[in-house]
Amino acid sequence: MRPSDLLIPLPAGLYCPLADLFIDPVKPVERALITHGHSDHARAGHGSVLATKDTLGIMGIRYSEHFAAQMQIAHFGEPISINGVQFSFHPAGHVLGSAQIAVEAKGLKIIVSGDYKRASDPTCLPFDPQRCDVFITEATFGLPVFTHPDTAQEIEKLLRSVALFPERAHLVGAYSLGKAQRVIAIIRAAGYDAPIYLHGALEKLTAYYVAQGAKLGALKPVAGVAKEDLQGAIILCPPSSIQDLWARKFPDPVTCFASGWMRIRARARQRGVELPLVVSDHADWPDLQRTILETGASEIWVTHGQEDALVHWCQSIGLQAKPLNMVGYGDEGEAEAEPSTP
Amino acid sequence: MNRFAELLDRLAYEPRRNAKIRLLSDYFSTTPDPDRGYGLAAITGTLDFLHAKPAMIRTLIAERTDPALFALSYDYVGDLSETVALMWPKRETNLTNHSLGLGEIITRLSTAKKSEIPALLANLLDDLDETGRWALLKLITGGLRIGVSARLAKTALAQMAGFNVDAIEEVWHGMAPPYEPLFEWLEGKGPIPSTNNPVPFRPVMLAHAIEESDFTALDPADFIAEWKWDGIRIQASSGRDENGNILTRLYSRTGDDISATFPDIVEALVGLNGTIDGELLIIRDGKVDSFNALQQRLNRKTLSSKLLSENPAAIRAYDVLFIDGMDMRERPFHERRKALEALIKKLSSPRIDLSSILSFDSWESLELLRSRPETSIAAHDAEAIEGCMIKRHDSLYVAGRPKGLWYKWKRDPFIVDAVLMYAQRGHGKRSSFYSDFTFGVWKGDELVPVGKSYFGFTDQELIEIDRFVRKNTINRFGPVREVSHEPELGLVFEVAFEGIGASTRHRSGLAMRFPRISRIRWDKPPREADRIESLEILAAQGRKKS
Repeated sequence: MRPSDLLIPLPAGLYCPLADLFIDPVKPVERALITHGHSDHARAGHGSVLATKDTLGIMGIRYSEHFAAQMQIAHFGEPISINGVQFSFHPAGHVLGSAQIAVEAKGLKIIVSGDYKRASDPTCLPFDPQRCDVFITEATFGLPVFTHPDTAQEIEKLLRSVALFPERAHLVGAYSLGKAQRVIAIIRAAGYDAPIYLHGALEKLTAYYVAQGAKLGALKPVAGVAKEDLQGAIILCPPSSIQDLWARKFPDPVTCFASGWMRIRARARQRGVELPLVVSDHADWPDLQRTILETGASEIWVTHGQEDALVHWCQSIGLQAKPLNMVGYGDEGEAEAEPSTP
Repeated sequence: MNRFAELLDRLAYEPRRNAKIRLLSDYFSTTPDPDRGYGLAAITGTLDFLHAKPAMIRTLIAERTDPALFALSYDYVGDLSETVALMWPKRETNLTNHSLGLGEIITRLSTAKKSEIPALLANLLDDLDETGRWALLKLITGGLRIGVSARLAKTALAQMAGFNVDAIEEVWHGMAPPYEPLFEWLEGKGPIPSTNNPVPFRPVMLAHAIEESDFTALDPADFIAEWKWDGIRIQASSGRDENGNILTRLYSRTGDDISATFPDIVEALVGLNGTIDGELLIIRDGKVDSFNALQQRLNRKTLSSKLLSENPAAIRAYDVLFIDGMDMRERPFHERRKALEALIKKLSSPRIDLSSILSFDSWESLELLRSRPETSIAAHDAEAIEGCMIKRHDSLYVAGRPKGLWYKWKRDPFIVDAVLMYAQRGHGKRSSFYSDFTFGVWKGDELVPVGKSYFGFTDQELIEIDRFVRKNTINRFGPVREVSHEPELGLVFEVAFEGIGASTRHRSGLAMRFPRISRIRWDKPPREADRIESLEILAAQGRKKS
């Protein structure tokens, strides 16, 4: 069996003809398997959805409980057979509930890794490398300029700035699913124990993380708090809010943005970021390379992001590789192909 | 180097003008000589490293990285220095050059032999951290692109010393890095730096674009009008040095000395003994040639006598700043104009003539001239006219862009509807966005490219176009994407441009002058875009208003 008989990239998503289902479809389909809860991978309106408990939980929060006609929980490491094809879910280390999906039939195994990272994250299970024949990798940060620094060091930068400007509010832009909760957890690990304030858009998902056991300390909604009480405070908000009118109501805010994009100066400047924090939920260039090698795969399919460079590198070490050129990913979170404002 | 790298790093992230000025003033007042002077030179763009050039930096990085990966990274990051700084392989050694001062590094780089530079630079890069590497490379390659103009740096100096920025502009062009006499003067420890140069560049006076709403408040009787010529604005000077030798200079409006490129003009300046402001044009047999003809003369290292005789340069004088050592800038325009007329007459050079004053009695009558110069006395030069200048006749010559004195009133541009064909990623602020667009018009049933533009749209529109490009890519050639351009599927731009002429560069055989995207026609299918024939008519007619 050829890999292209097992999975086909179609406009709606990766399609498995033997099992008649899509993985992370970008359009409503009859049957969908979903790697994680970011909205470009997890969309509403499918007939039935198979995903991890937390991914289903997250989709329930974002789309209401009835986001699909049927939902089924996939447990990590427990294979499910559909029409002779084995599917199993394995932690991807990206956000809470994120999974790689293994697709196996007639001795051929393909891993659809979704989005993943190898750096430590106290708010989700670590990436669990799987041996396979074909590895489908993301390439959000698939260029050698992207080597993410140690996250604790970046958070240290934030805390130093908070100490330096006790009269200013620190407004940290962070994606609402995953990044915000991880940033809070690392701030706590660094010993900061004052309350952390949240923009309304972050409240529900953060509450979900806490309910699932994340230790995030004292959290308060920022709405309704008096301006003078926010001097020296850390406030988390969606990235789009740091340039909003909303941001102006805080005392002389220092605008920060926690994202892998912050490694590139122009990205920070385009967003008017004063304190860039390079914190990413995606694998950086060395981790993409390491992961590809660890899977033992002889063929690599590269999707959403900087496909060209990663394909080139794979080919340079003798691996078969091709870009999937799939459209529709990268609309949410860090995987967004480009920043939202120039 | 640390201190300078930190300054550049902070400036790069600081959007607020006043905060930038504060950072700069703080750097200038706390950094010792000569480092701060070299820092100032770097920011104002007056350093030039003869041997350390971008090409050498590319060679160094090529020896250390996969060229294809470097090319893709550079394309993505959009900045050579930053790409190299981020990709430069780490070396596990003690960081030693960290403590080297900026002045020391610059001295080493400018005194080393050409053959020694690559090793020296590689060594420095090995020992610096990412920010240090980035700052050093920015320094060497010139364009810092940190959102700080030379003017802003001078403003920071002025603020530090409690001076007016124009006082600094006035002495600026006589000085060189590391500007120690300048700092001594600013800090009250020394006299005003004397410029031994008898023909220094003087800061230029610029005009505001006039708005429709301005006219009601302006009385035509207070103003004179002149043609706005489509050449390059220059300042020309001659004077004697302390030994009595005559010196002549031709400066661009930003103060670059372009004398060497225009020997024909320089020769004509010998008897000037003063400083005039004017437009540099190619004038052949009394007729002003196109900007294209002038462009062939610019940035030339060698000048053939053929080029000089076929594209003879001339100055059309607008104003006078100095005559026989006398500063005219504090006098009103009408007095300067009289003096200028006398000066040009006395000079009686075929290479220097006078910009004529237009007669008009109302804004409506000036509008007729502006929009139809071909119907006026200047008919034979109509193609080289960009519009009108409107100047208060009591206006003093004020450096910078003072409000309410001079206005420019440009001709309405030509407009065509063209179809987006190719998009390329931008650089600097717009890196990673597809922001350089090649567009075409119909020729038969295919589209042919007629121009390229990277501005005219808002940031929000750019996001939308960028999204369109990504979703409708049909081909990729390195950094360039070919975008779907079918009769029913594609994106139409309304393109404004100043003129059109024959060109061998585009397949269409035409090239637009100063094209920009004036509107995005999301509503218009490509099949309704313009055809090549209408552009060919424009090109054949020359500059006539449609």
